[in-house]
Amino acid sequence: MPNPTQQPTPIEELVSQDYKWGFVTEVEADVVPKGLNEDIIRMISAKKHEPEFMLEWRLKAYRHWLTMEEPRWANVTYPPIDYQDIYYYAAPKSLASRPKSLDEVDPEILRTYEKLGIPLREQEILAGVAVDAVFDSVSVATTMKEKLAELGIIFCSFSEAVQEHPELVEKYLGTVVPYTDNFFAALNSAVFSDGSFCYVPKGVRCPVELSTYFRINAKDTGQFERTLIIADEGAWVSYLEGCTAPMRDSNQLHAAVVELIAHDNATIKYSTVQNWYPGDKEGKGGIYNFVTKRGKCLGVNSKISWTQVETGSAITWKYPSCLLIGDGSVGEFYSVAITNHYQQADTGTKMIHIGKNTRSTIVSKGISAGYGQNTYRGMVKIMKSAEGARNYSQCDSMLIGDKCGAHTVPYLEVRNSTAQIEHEASTSKIGEDQIFYCRQRGLSSEDAVSMIVHGFCKEVFRELPMEFAVEAQKLLGISLEGSVG
Amino acid sequence: MALLEIRNLHASVAGREILRGIDLVMEAGEVHAIMGPNGSGKSTLAQVLAGRDTYEVTEGEVLYDGKNLLELDPEERAREGVFMAFQYPVEIPGISNSYFLRAALNAVRKHRGLEELDPMDFLELAREKLKLLDMDPAFLNRAVNVGFSGGEKKRNEIFQMAVLEPRLAILDETDSGLDIDALKIVASGVNAMRSPERAILVVTHYQRLLNYIVPDRVHVLAGGRIVRSGDAALAQELEQSGYASLEAEVAA
Repeated sequence: MPNPTQQPTPIEELVSQDYKWGFVTEVEADVVPKGLNEDIIRMISAKKHEPEFMLEWRLKAYRHWLTMEEPRWANVTYPPIDYQDIYYYAAPKSLASRPKSLDEVDPEILRTYEKLGIPLREQEILAGVAVDAVFDSVSVATTMKEKLAELGIIFCSFSEAVQEHPELVEKYLGTVVPYTDNFFAALNSAVFSDGSFCYVPKGVRCPVELSTYFRINAKDTGQFERTLIIADEGAWVSYLEGCTAPMRDSNQLHAAVVELIAHDNATIKYSTVQNWYPGDKEGKGGIYNFVTKRGKCLGVNSKISWTQVETGSAITWKYPSCLLIGDGSVGEFYSVAITNHYQQADTGTKMIHIGKNTRSTIVSKGISAGYGQNTYRGMVKIMKSAEGARNYSQCDSMLIGDKCGAHTVPYLEVRNSTAQIEHEASTSKIGEDQIFYCRQRGLSSEDAVSMIVHGFCKEVFRELPMEFAVEAQKLLGISLEGSVG
Repeated sequence: MALLEIRNLHASVAGREILRGIDLVMEAGEVHAIMGPNGSGKSTLAQVLAGRDTYEVTEGEVLYDGKNLLELDPEERAREGVFMAFQYPVEIPGISNSYFLRAALNAVRKHRGLEELDPMDFLELAREKLKLLDMDPAFLNRAVNVGFSGGEKKRNEIFQMAVLEPRLAILDETDSGLDIDALKIVASGVNAMRSPERAILVVTHYQRLLNYIVPDRVHVLAGGRIVRSGDAALAQELEQSGYASLEAEVAA
């Protein structure tokens, strides 16, 4: 059979095609110069017409960032990043430089979309086709926004929230991830360009899955996003982040911050399917995804659940965490991380038990193929005050081929003797035996791998909202294309 | 035209020759048994026919339905109707039996230009076939071979065969690890599959299975060659005399 490792995966082709369009060079007037200093930050803030408190906060973050050093503890390697060689604010790509119709889009890209089962209209949006598609998506977002507003739910871009609801932004911004938190969070706080904001008022159950899907595509949001979600007492919200098709990004560094706040009896479910450009199969290029995500279960019996499927990025550095402050609050982390070719992922979670009878569940599935390196790094911390806390952790690794690596680094800190902690870990190798068995029944190698991996990830996939789960599964197949010869 | 024709087949693993010139012809409708002592190459022959790439074919050819079998990928062979019941069936955690088998059946059906079966139609078919092997329908929801007893795994193989309806079925030591009751069930499942369109190659160490699946031809493999062929009586004879005398013959 032909050796599939010889063929670039559709994702690689897709993104390299993106670069071919060269939208980086097409930047128009609305851009601030390269590099970072206080003037740049003032300029960003001014462009966004921000109130004074925002600018002050950004500047404080920047000044703090200057005193910090880039963390080096993660099990990832990359050349030094020149922070003065980055555009911190770039305008949306001009409509003129976009393809006019799908006929102008590379057929390979369309093939990938078809594989993912993305409908034609959405394909147009994803491919960045100008004309009405983008406007369409804006109107979709607007229609939904009106419906949500009837329930008192605020769902808008971060910039809009700063304009329309400055009191909420000021009250909650940085209360979960302070700008002093870490190097990348500080950088994000100083320069973040946009993101999402969501507030669900008391007792309201958000009737739809909120998604950044359309909005981000319409606006070509930059690489420093900031998301803030607040669920007030008894509220319930499910939020979907990211996009199952490759998103375009002209830059290397992606440093986002996500803050979640759940008040008494509130639930926030946050699902991510991350598929940024992973670099080519020699490990050239790709996104450095250095993200800080944290949720605060502030109220009693509140719940925050993170589900992530990480298939993209050259390097992933990400630990969606929960601060379990309210008594009886619940934190969950379900993760699938895939590294193929030269991708590296150092990902996991922190569950900090502070309130009484707090519970957390961690299920992590790491899959390494090619030369990929996959590290699970997790911390479970039971504070003295956390009487009756419980944690269950399960970390499974799967290896495809013999040049990849899987690492598990669980930290456990227990300061209350009533805590119950369980930890299970396993490492398995996807066997030639398993693949041959499937092939002997008529399945292709790729379908076999996809099926075996899907089975391995099942516990996580079933946490995803239905549509997302289907797309995640397809994406997984594409990500692992070429992982078996 | 014979359904399967093996001519002077040589195969080695890691440079060591295991099959040293096998000749075998099977017509559709026939059941052949390959017997032989441990290490004689029985399982190697089964695996080579199924397309396992750990084995390198160094000489000879295999014609299946007139096609060069050795040129085909394992999945192409499967879709063309070659089925192997594994000696050690593999576990696939998280994937249900029904999902797995429907994917397999649809791959085969697609290849044959038939419409793919939806889950409901598949369930109907699967339930019918489960009866052949006296298996509980709940079994369809369990992950492939995970937590199965040895007997359940072997029954599952024959169940898969019943669903996939191959033209050439190779049973690789399907009797190993079975108690007598399980053996009878498996054998009756296989017997129910006997048909004028289908050839079945039973690879076994023991004559025991052949009391229940009576072969048309028996071949004795020793040192990578077929040293004797005969009818079902040959199996009885071996049961009396054992393989030792044959191995002496080969060594001589």
